Amino acid sequence: MRRWGPRAVALAYLAVVLLGPLAMIFWKTFEHGFGPFWDAVTAPATRTAFGNTLLIGAIAVPLNTVFGIVVALAIVRRRFPGKGVVNAFIDLPLAVSPVVVGVALFILYGRGGWFYDVFESHGVQILFALPAMVLATMFVSLPFVAREVVPTLREIGDDQEQAARTLGASGWQTFRRITLPSIRWAVIYGVVLTTARCLGEYGAVAVVHGYKLTATLQVQESYENFDQQGAYAVSVMLAVVAVLVLVTMILVRPREGKA
Amino acid sequence: MVLPLAAVVVASSEGGWAAFRSAVSNPEAVAALKLSVVVAILAALVNAVFGTVTAWVLVRDRFPGQGVVNSVIDLPFALPTIVAGLVLLTLYSPRSPVGVHLAFTRWAIFMALLFVTLPFVVRTVQPVLIELDGEMEEAARSLGASELTTFRRVVLPNILPGILSGIALAFARAVGEIGSVVLISGNNPFRTEVASVYVLNQVHSGNRAGAAAVAVVLLLVSFAILLLVGGIRRLATRHEHA
Repeated sequence: MRRWGPRAVALAYLAVVLLGPLAMIFWKTFEHGFGPFWDAVTAPATRTAFGNTLLIGAIAVPLNTVFGIVVALAIVRRRFPGKGVVNAFIDLPLAVSPVVVGVALFILYGRGGWFYDVFESHGVQILFALPAMVLATMFVSLPFVAREVVPTLREIGDDQEQAARTLGASGWQTFRRITLPSIRWAVIYGVVLTTARCLGEYGAVAVVHGYKLTATLQVQESYENFDQQGAYAVSVMLAVVAVLVLVTMILVRPREGKA
Repeated sequence: MVLPLAAVVVASSEGGWAAFRSAVSNPEAVAALKLSVVVAILAALVNAVFGTVTAWVLVRDRFPGQGVVNSVIDLPFALPTIVAGLVLLTLYSPRSPVGVHLAFTRWAIFMALLFVTLPFVVRTVQPVLIELDGEMEEAARSLGASELTTFRRVVLPNILPGILSGIALAFARAVGEIGSVVLISGNNPFRTEVASVYVLNQVHSGNRAGAAAVAVVLLLVSFAILLLVGGIRRLATRHEHA
């Protein structure tokens, strides 16, 4: 019975801080039934915003996945100068404010920035357009795949890879037949986290978006234009994605290690 | 990744040290930074206490629905921050269904930060507790130690590095947080404008130097936190080998 105390404290705290707000948003959205929700979701502005979010995600997630696997392999399997620095830097997007990332891109590609002459003067618009939004999203979601794959790579060791190589497999064959199957759950887990971060990104794209809106920016835009129903509708869609992410994480997690 | 960050540092120092100092010591910037730091510390500390209790309950306790509770912890990581902000705004607005009117006050910022930083301490303490043998606690208890003494003398020293790195990570997240705060804080200069919102406003009003200066301060804070967490981790493993 002595455990009731901490249990009650922990559960009450989670209920107040986490679940209360989540329940709130579903209640608010469907307060007036399903009709207004459907109207808001199918509104052209909402559809465009989700289109932009999905497009950014479709570019950022695959690139970050490949990058994450390559970096993880480099950190665990190779020795190179500056490895410690790379290892430390990989976590930086988790610690740095997304707004700082946005400002960085703003300064880099804006008027007078280092890359301004390279792109803008040739008519390629980076800032306040999709490219900057993709770059911002890629930056903030960079570490997730690498962070999941690194510990798994360490754990499985390189005995099998060496065996494959002794038997005459090429580097690519070894990777595809030996390494990839053993890290696949870690990769999937990382991809899920990366996707969640991409869809939910706000701070960095808020600085560089111009007139193109993503789903998260649409929430703010709707709210500030007194379109509460619209803001709630988009929010609920994003919240549903978040819950799906959590469910996927539960499904994937126990298979780690067993892979 | 390095290039954009280097650009911020360079841009902030373009006008020389004096210009940087005057941009950073702009009263509005100082007020925003102070607010961010103070509220972030408070949120990190409160979550340190509740996070530790939650981690302990998740590891040492057994109850139905535990798996679900364990997954719900990650909700603030999965939920877009702007959605969290909108939800909290509804919860604490003047037309609040629960009768709590915190919107557009500093308390609202505190609640938002509490939400987004909740998982950090839980997720840094939990693995340490799982590794930690329950037998030590049993031994302490069988020797007559009370629940509290057992926790304070046996459990706490072992999980302290975990708690500290959790606090550091939560602080880093909270001090630069924008999505969950931007709607609910009201962004009233000198009162409820946090550092990240200040930076965003400066960009939109064309004050490049001002934005870069405060961005650099936030960047330095993140670097310091990363070094600190690295240090704590090294200290903790050395302790283990000793």
